[in-house]
Amino acid sequence: MIKLEKLSKVFETPGGGSVIAADQVSMEVNEGEICVLLGPSGCGKTTTLKMINALIPKTSGKITVAGRDVDTLNPVELRRSIGYVIQQIGLFPNMTIEDNICVVPDLLGWDRKKSRSRAGDLLEMVNLDPAIFLKRFPKELSGGQQQRVGVIRALAADPPVLLMDEPFGAIDPINRAVIQDEFLKMQSEIRKTIAFVSHDIDEAIKMADKVAIFKDGKLVQYASPDDLLARPVNDFVTSFVGSDRTLKRLSLLRVGEVMHGDQLRVTAQDEVGKARHLMQEAGHKNIVMVGPQGRARGFLHLNDILEARGTVAEHHNALPSTVHVKDDLRTAVSKMFRHDVSWLACVDDDGFFKGSITQRAISHALGATYRDSAEAAE
Amino acid sequence: METIVFFMDNLDVILERTLQHIAIVGVAISLAILTGVPIGIAITLNRKAANIVLYVAAIIVTIPSIALFGLMIPILSLIGHGVGYLPAVIAVLLYSQLPIIRNTYTAISNVDPALREAARGLGMTPMQRLMKVEIPLAIPVVMAGVRIAVVMNIGITAIAAYIGAGGLGVFISRGISQTDPRQLITGAVMVSLLAIAADYALMWAQRRLTPASSSSTSASPSNA
Repeated sequence: MIKLEKLSKVFETPGGGSVIAADQVSMEVNEGEICVLLGPSGCGKTTTLKMINALIPKTSGKITVAGRDVDTLNPVELRRSIGYVIQQIGLFPNMTIEDNICVVPDLLGWDRKKSRSRAGDLLEMVNLDPAIFLKRFPKELSGGQQQRVGVIRALAADPPVLLMDEPFGAIDPINRAVIQDEFLKMQSEIRKTIAFVSHDIDEAIKMADKVAIFKDGKLVQYASPDDLLARPVNDFVTSFVGSDRTLKRLSLLRVGEVMHGDQLRVTAQDEVGKARHLMQEAGHKNIVMVGPQGRARGFLHLNDILEARGTVAEHHNALPSTVHVKDDLRTAVSKMFRHDVSWLACVDDDGFFKGSITQRAISHALGATYRDSAEAAE
Repeated sequence: METIVFFMDNLDVILERTLQHIAIVGVAISLAILTGVPIGIAITLNRKAANIVLYVAAIIVTIPSIALFGLMIPILSLIGHGVGYLPAVIAVLLYSQLPIIRNTYTAISNVDPALREAARGLGMTPMQRLMKVEIPLAIPVVMAGVRIAVVMNIGITAIAAYIGAGGLGVFISRGISQTDPRQLITGAVMVSLLAIAADYALMWAQRRLTPASSSSTSASPSNA
């Protein structure tokens, strides 16, 4: 959808020298994917992004957007067909929120009624009440609300491609996480092709389908977040992703992908002996007690009931915590550490017991990629 | 007391001269807006040109008004208007250029670069950017310049009485030459009242021209 071929940018400096801001960058962003351009400041990521919509003229190379060579297009027409979001938001203070959202549709000469009703729909998409916000002015909104409007303004004319230049960089960390989540949810419906500049590795891992790491104008590595963390190509990428890169992968994996989906369980009325037997047979140290519907209610530890008699109900312990199957491993590990346990019961939205996750399973899952690559290297 | 009596007795003359005064300032300022605003916008494209234009405009303001009127007499005599209405209007027009050009220039060049980038990135042409974003945002500051020009020139126009342009300055010049404090005070008070009234009227207009919620963002540079 967005294809860059040997894209270069050389800036002439006033002293007669020149600076290479982008050096032979070649990459392709597939339709419906978010590609995060990542790197330290001055690495060429923003320059590369701005060359896509011709805000910065390229020195050489070829850019294709939605199958069209951008050189064949008028820059103004090109920009109207590409959504653009900037860190400073850039809502026009002299226009209402409604008019701000409709800037591009108005430039394209869309029917006013149609664009205005779309503005309302878009506001609803980002959880802002159109009845309240349409007629307000930008400065009456909080920073987070303004950036939501900034994002939907870029979507107003329904462009297939979106360019975002550190869009959530100026928002406080709590709101940023909320907006990122909202945006991902929206993206799962609208499936735009997005190039997204960031300097934050955590944001990149969270948002990206692909990450492009830049250094000194060169594209150093172009890979999925998991690949990037598991197999950084050189020392620069290794240090940029951080020495805790393996831990960062925790947020990429879901509990459901790693848990033991076994249905081993007892109910309150079962005999303790049955529980003991089940655990010994499966080689487990713990077993979850479920309610009549299958909700996780408590657990038994094998060592506690070796000599015990009676029903499960009399001997069970409360579960210290449970984890949702859709949570990431980071959440699971955090709960394990907090409650000083080595396993957790996994539940779904309604609290039904779905399986259990152990520290061992987590370290195994994280290690799997490294073992694969070690084998591949041999 | 005498002044009040004089004032009441001469209401019709006062009104006539006030209207003359307004005619000079109003026409001149309107023309000054038509020239100053485009010049102010144009010079944002070139820093060197901006410096030259602002320098020239500043020099014009330093010319004493009485000298400027004197200078214009031989020039405008060529077309038969050495004294009277025309030189008064031209003087006011010239003096108004500095505040109007400078405020326009400052306002346009101080538009947040992020807004300019957003406007470009969304696909506005340079002209659309100017009309939809830059000028609307510049209006409060431009209007502040107009207000400065109006107030300043209501004073200057009083001096234009000496070249026969009429207006409230006639009371002042006659008051001085006839040592008549009644005329002098009437003229001075009326000039002041006119300046204050014009300033308030323009402030009101400025508010009307500014979108409700962006009004307080504009810090106006002023030389008053």
